[in-house]
Amino acid sequence: MAAVTTTAPRARARRRISPGRALAWAVMTAIVVITLVPFYWILRTALSSNAGLTADPSSPLPTGLTGGGFARVFGQQSTKEALAQGGAGGSIDFWRYLLNSVVVSTLITVCQILFSAMAAYAFARLRWRGRDRMFGLFLAGLMVPTIFTFLPNFILIKQLGLVDTLLGIALPSLFMTPFAVFFLRQFFMNLPREVEEAALLDGAGKVRIFFRVLLPMASTPVITLGVLTYITAWNDYFWPLMVSYSDSSRVLTVALSIFRAQTPQTGTDWSGLMAATLVAALPMLVLFGCFARRIVNSIGFSGIK
Amino acid sequence: MTVASSSPPTRVRLPGAEAARQKTKDRIRERDGGGNGGDGALAAVFIAPALLGFLVFLLWPTLRGIYLSFTRFNLLTPAEWVGLDNYVRMVNDPIFWGSLKVTVEYVVINIGVQTVAALAIAVLMQRLTKSALLRGIVLTPYLVSNVVAGIVWLWMLDTQLGIGNRVIGAFGFDHIPFLTDETWAIPTIALINVWRHVGYTALLLFAGLQAIPADVYEAAKVDGASEWRMFWRVTLPLLRPVLAVVLIMTVIGSFQVFDSVAVTTGGGPANATNVLQLYIYGSAFGRFQFGYASAMSVALLAVLSVITVIQYRLTRAGHTDLG
Repeated sequence: MAAVTTTAPRARARRRISPGRALAWAVMTAIVVITLVPFYWILRTALSSNAGLTADPSSPLPTGLTGGGFARVFGQQSTKEALAQGGAGGSIDFWRYLLNSVVVSTLITVCQILFSAMAAYAFARLRWRGRDRMFGLFLAGLMVPTIFTFLPNFILIKQLGLVDTLLGIALPSLFMTPFAVFFLRQFFMNLPREVEEAALLDGAGKVRIFFRVLLPMASTPVITLGVLTYITAWNDYFWPLMVSYSDSSRVLTVALSIFRAQTPQTGTDWSGLMAATLVAALPMLVLFGCFARRIVNSIGFSGIK
Repeated sequence: MTVASSSPPTRVRLPGAEAARQKTKDRIRERDGGGNGGDGALAAVFIAPALLGFLVFLLWPTLRGIYLSFTRFNLLTPAEWVGLDNYVRMVNDPIFWGSLKVTVEYVVINIGVQTVAALAIAVLMQRLTKSALLRGIVLTPYLVSNVVAGIVWLWMLDTQLGIGNRVIGAFGFDHIPFLTDETWAIPTIALINVWRHVGYTALLLFAGLQAIPADVYEAAKVDGASEWRMFWRVTLPLLRPVLAVVLIMTVIGSFQVFDSVAVTTGGGPANATNVLQLYIYGSAFGRFQFGYASAMSVALLAVLSVITVIQYRLTRAGHTDLG
């Protein structure tokens, strides 16, 4: 908020107050409110008790302040306690789903970026027969919506015996995406060749140059791409829904939808559901918070294929 | 005539042609890995993991998906070739057509509102403030999953307890059954997804706006153009190529809607929100008709390809007015 409030008076002082600008700022403020209110409402509901929510649904502050929703979500309540507080009483343990999500997203991000960067380097800097033709083929892969590959990939994962495993969820995204290869190739192409040539003269091999010189130089685009890949993997729902059946491979998004489907007799356990939602959403908000400026500035230069 | 007129230019062009030929030779050498600089073995190692992923999890499933659409396949027994049976069935399946209609309705509302809103946000940001913080705030909904977005709005729009209907009630209006009514459900889901995606789309357009030179606006201002007029006469025409690419991307994404419908309405009430992906998923995992599900996927792929080509042509996406 700080930057917004400091620029406003300055702009106004310079241009006087025009009704048009005032209106524009009002619209912008409304947009910010609509954007952020749902996040506050998650927190407010998660800290409320179900009884409080029924008694006073419009209260802007938590009603019947309690940590019961979180306790239920992390499996800290007995079935009896949970039922008494409006929960479904089923066994849920979001620590486990949180861990599964971390494992899958980390695995996908690390491997996908590394392999994509290696391929991007080969496309940008190494000389080999058929390079441009193969790059064209990779680019054509951008045309196929991933969702189209889900059914056949599920059949493949089933044949590999990897259904209901974390590896099965990660495998199809583990090696590359055409976009990551394309994006990183673009970066490597724009690096001055002198850097490599100097290292070559020093007697370093090309493998060493890639890992010790070029990859560190690419840390900015790699981190941006990595954070976006992590967020995408974390938020994926359709594919993990197909592959995972049990707690052992259940990630947060799928767990959340199952939690939502277990409606107790007294009506939806909104307090617990919002606590679970917060658990699923918060890590990505924090992750984004750490890299926000970098990501915000690179969208557009990288976002459009 | 030919000799007289062609000889001087030939002489002039010669050095250039020589350089060009040399350049081509270099390019060919580089491309084919011939000469001293070939890195064939190393390249093979570097490309291997990505190529494996590309072949096994992208190319092969694409071909297999098309093949499966011509078979009957229930996952347990081997696929059985049935020719065009699945496609014939699809054309005669009222639920399929209903799904397609619902999906198109969703896309029209979703993309219509989102594009206008994103454009408004982008232009407001460009003309008011370039604050990175504001851009960060606008992007936050994009960081949560469709599932989270769906569930939060499901709660906020709950007919009895949701804050949305509480506010509407406080103004003396009747409660609106946002997600439980056949007419309201699709527009509601479309708007929920606008909430999640509009910031990202706005930032893409904002980036496009940065490419428009400031002196164009200065010139327009000198001519006495109003902000409103500048938007229609300067911003929109110059943003067109970016807008076209963004439209193609978002329309393709919008057609694949699944998550938010699955967690909010599950396709109901009475198939009113049974979007195509939901029907495909149900056919495969509910009724084990993988062949039929694949045929519908191919149909969706075909629809998306046609839309992409049409949009590309209509908006001349490849051309820019910026000299």
